[in-house]
Amino acid sequence: MQPFYHIFKKDLSSELRTRYAVNSLVMFILITISVILFSIGTETISDYLAGGLFWVVVFFSAMSGLSRTFVSEEERGTAMTLKLIASPASVFGGKLFFNIVLVFSMNVFVLVLYSILFDAFVLKNLVLFLTAFLLGNIGIAAASTIIAAIISKAGSKGTLYPVLSFPILLPLILILIELTKLSMDGVGLDEAFVEIAVLFCYDVIMFSVSFLLFDFIWKD
Amino acid sequence: MNNFSVAAESVTKFFGRRLIFKNINLAYENSGIYGIAGPNGSGKSTLVKILSGLIAPSKGRVIHSVDGKNIEPEKLHNYTGFVSPYLVLYDEFSAEENILFFSKIRGINLDKGKSNFFLNELGLYERKDDMLKTYSSGMKQRMKFIFALVHSPFFVILDEPTSNLDNEGKDKVYRLIENYSGSNIVLIASNEENDLRLCKNVVELTNYK
Repeated sequence: MQPFYHIFKKDLSSELRTRYAVNSLVMFILITISVILFSIGTETISDYLAGGLFWVVVFFSAMSGLSRTFVSEEERGTAMTLKLIASPASVFGGKLFFNIVLVFSMNVFVLVLYSILFDAFVLKNLVLFLTAFLLGNIGIAAASTIIAAIISKAGSKGTLYPVLSFPILLPLILILIELTKLSMDGVGLDEAFVEIAVLFCYDVIMFSVSFLLFDFIWKD
Repeated sequence: MNNFSVAAESVTKFFGRRLIFKNINLAYENSGIYGIAGPNGSGKSTLVKILSGLIAPSKGRVIHSVDGKNIEPEKLHNYTGFVSPYLVLYDEFSAEENILFFSKIRGINLDKGKSNFFLNELGLYERKDDMLKTYSSGMKQRMKFIFALVHSPFFVILDEPTSNLDNEGKDKVYRLIENYSGSNIVLIASNEENDLRLCKNVVELTNYK
């Protein structure tokens, strides 16, 4: 097995014991959805607005929990231990894989809650939505992981993370909102090809840039 | 006896505009215990971090080689071991889990016999299934020696190796260091006279300001 897989397993075991990220993520998701429900009250919202709000919940949930992979290593002082046992590529691979799993678990949870609680959230083309969901989650995980690595060495991590993430994740969130709208309209995969291609390119660029940059970020 | 060598060539380090040390030239080969001494703030920890590849020098370079071939920086971690008071292991795992994770991440098969030997030698065998967060600071310091030695590195760096250790712990560690240095390079950075007494050659960092 590759070292990155063992770093992922270490992080997963550590997360199951310490609940560094999961607790904050679950609480954030529940609170955000509750706030939206309370603010809507008995009003009915349009399906497009429901689709947009879904990605707003996903974006802010990602902001609350995904930085933990690197931040917890820096805060506990174990980052140096990792530097002493693994190559930068293995560390980044392991952390990225962990964040992908975390993002998928978190967003499936949001999707299930959202589908139950919001009547306006009706997807006519589920395949298109799931394609966007899959590529979108990978993009969110890749962008969040490299941003987490950058801010983990900074003094004011909590403020920097959303500030740095916003411009990087904005194009991704906009394309995801557009694709959700298209899947609500029942548009076919072929008609949404351009949006899917943009999403795919975003993921490829994020992966490549992250792996190239990480070496410089990880070493002091 | 291994064929490992480490050489520092004109190594200089600045933090911002503050000079820590300049023009350090060192060369260690094959085996033996070497020392780095200097008062607090003289740059001992900085120098050992540079020698281990954790941080880069401002000027100069460090070359690690085995059998005459230079070791790539990405693979250096499998040739080095590191102990220091500022090294932190994973508190949420037991000693045995830590050792197992480190071996797997390094990509080596854990030699259970060797792991148990070190646990026994350092008096941690009975507590090997307890989480590290229940250990005292001295026990954690002993655990760091297992972290540094279990993968049989050719170059072991010990930054203040006896901090937090009681007299019994110090004796165990000295015995371990002397045995290990028979076929590997051990570098000790310390202010403790007893630590430096083990070294055959000590570099005084105040000479490099």
